Amino acid sequence: MAIIETLSLGQKYGRQYTLKNINLRVDAGDVFALIGPTGAGKTTLLRLLNLLEKPFEGSIIFDGINTTGPNSHYLEIRRRMSFVQQKPVVFDMSVFGNVACGLKWRHEQSEAIKQRVEGALNLVDLIDYENRNARTLSGGEAQRVAIARALVTEPEVLLLDEPTANLDPNSITKIEEVLAHTIAEQTITVVMATHDMSQGQYLANKIGVLMNGKLLQTGSPDDIFSSPISREVAEFVGIENILDGEIVDKDGNLATIDVNGTTIQAISDYAIGERVYVFIRPEDIILTLAQDITSARNTFRGRIVKATLIGPLFHIKAYCGFPLLAVVTRRSAQELGLIAGREIYASFKATAIHTIKK
Amino acid sequence: MEELWQALGKAVELLVTFDAEVMEASGRSLAIAATSCSITAFICLPLGSLIHFSRFRGKRLLLNIIQTFYGIPTVAIGLMVFVLFSSSGPLGGLDLMFTPAVMVIGQVILVTPLMLGLTISALNGVDKAITETAVSLGASRFQAAIITLKHARYAVLTAVIMGFSRAFAEVGLALMVGGNIKGATRTLTTAISLETSKGDIELALALGIVLILIALIISLTLNRLQQR
Ligand SMILES: Nc1ncnc2c1ncn2[C@@H]1O[C@H](COP(=O)(O)OP(=O)(O)OP(=O)(O)O)[C@@H](O)[C@H]1O
Ligand SMILES: [Mg+2]
Repeated sequence: MAIIETLSLGQKYGRQYTLKNINLRVDAGDVFALIGPTGAGKTTLLRLLNLLEKPFEGSIIFDGINTTGPNSHYLEIRRRMSFVQQKPVVFDMSVFGNVACGLKWRHEQSEAIKQRVEGALNLVDLIDYENRNARTLSGGEAQRVAIARALVTEPEVLLLDEPTANLDPNSITKIEEVLAHTIAEQTITVVMATHDMSQGQYLANKIGVLMNGKLLQTGSPDDIFSSPISREVAEFVGIENILDGEIVDKDGNLATIDVNGTTIQAISDYAIGERVYVFIRPEDIILTLAQDITSARNTFRGRIVKATLIGPLFHIKAYCGFPLLAVVTRRSAQELGLIAGREIYASFKATAIHTIKK
Repeated sequence: MEELWQALGKAVELLVTFDAEVMEASGRSLAIAATSCSITAFICLPLGSLIHFSRFRGKRLLLNIIQTFYGIPTVAIGLMVFVLFSSSGPLGGLDLMFTPAVMVIGQVILVTPLMLGLTISALNGVDKAITETAVSLGASRFQAAIITLKHARYAVLTAVIMGFSRAFAEVGLALMVGGNIKGATRTLTTAISLETSKGDIELALALGIVLILIALIISLTLNRLQQR
């Protein structure tokens, strides 16, 4: 059952569309991550869903109610959701008061308010701060207040706009834990905007890729990460090896693709003669010093151009007739002596490759 | 010069002995200004919120007009109220002329533009995100207006005190429609102006000192508020 559905939803502020032809479907119980680069329109979409703005065109159906229709009860619908905004604002009052607001506005009894607010503050680990003025809190603490304030009303739909942007790793972990806990414990539908794909993968069961105001692809995290539908999406989800090629031979669905004079074998649905993009995820590439006999169909001799340690992993740039980026653990990089200039063999399976038509 | 010192001495004496006439005029001034100010606040806070939160054509113009009336001369309001409430005027039947009631009515008209305009600016000074956050958390329009007003509380209080200060200090209106009747409508300002012209400098000075003291207290309070 769709709890939120948008039909040809569009928004524009000046002459240009900020959102165009958005057809989104979020089912009850979904955790839907909207991912996209800055300026893609994520915030605008969430604001529209929360009925804070009127769309320029199209409509939003909330639980079967057309919110753009006549007689739309904005307040009633809005009270079934909560929205944690990108830059949350806390009210100039105690932490307790901040979290209690939504319940007071819904005319809950003060005993119940006290109990639920304290529960929410316990959840975000701020119970000791309940009497402090929220304006004196740090950014991460204020963010937790905003989350407690949104959860305390037990919304059917929780809208989150970059809930962990600009926070330190500890606060991020804490907030992600709170969200994961809520998702597991409550029957709640979540729509969250993020430009952190790993967060989308960790929390969401559905992902929508929003770019330039358009919803380019929706699907399970696995779909999006293994089969992006376009070069833009592929780049955004971190597929760093994108090669230009042409299918020169086909044997069943095993295609032989010519890339810059080198041939790569890949599983592909396209026919001979098609020009395609070839996507290879860096983590699917195995680097060895000798030409091992592996099950991988593609093995290329090449030379390391650059090796950079990023976090726990070495990012190895190599050239094998075409540029290739691979990631290896620090330990194996050191064991193999993977440094610039070293000759290596790069191999990857035909099934690790995803192709799309140019 | 000698005479002036003597007069000042007498004035202080009148003050420290809580002279009945001084106390009465001061008390009435405060009471009338406080009453009119409360009524004005009762009108201006909701009305100001309504104007602030509504979008309509001519809002800019309305705000400009309100501002133009901030400094409207008190005698102009006095004249208008006089014409309305004098025995031959349209509201003459109410028989309110030369009573504290008509002075309150005049002061409400006098102070409304100032308090209304300042209330609207006070609300304007609140981050829009506050109101929006309230709305997104399920506040009705009324509830959102209340929390926005709460965030503007110091500026709104400033507006109310500015209004009080204007009502308290004015003389033209009080004289024209109140008439400075001893025991009925005599206030600090009307008494000062009349006693001075009659030559009773001692009483006028004593009253003047009270006036200045109260004005000083108001101004100090405003300063404190503006620092918050
Ligand atoms: N009220 C507005 N008036 C004019 N332009 C706006 C308004 N709100 C958003 N925009 C524009 O719409 C585009 C999308 O903005 P939006 O905030 O939705 O992006 P976003 O995906 O949330 O980006 P970020 O990741 O940086 O938060 C931007 O180009 C922005 O400048
Ligand atoms: Mg945003």
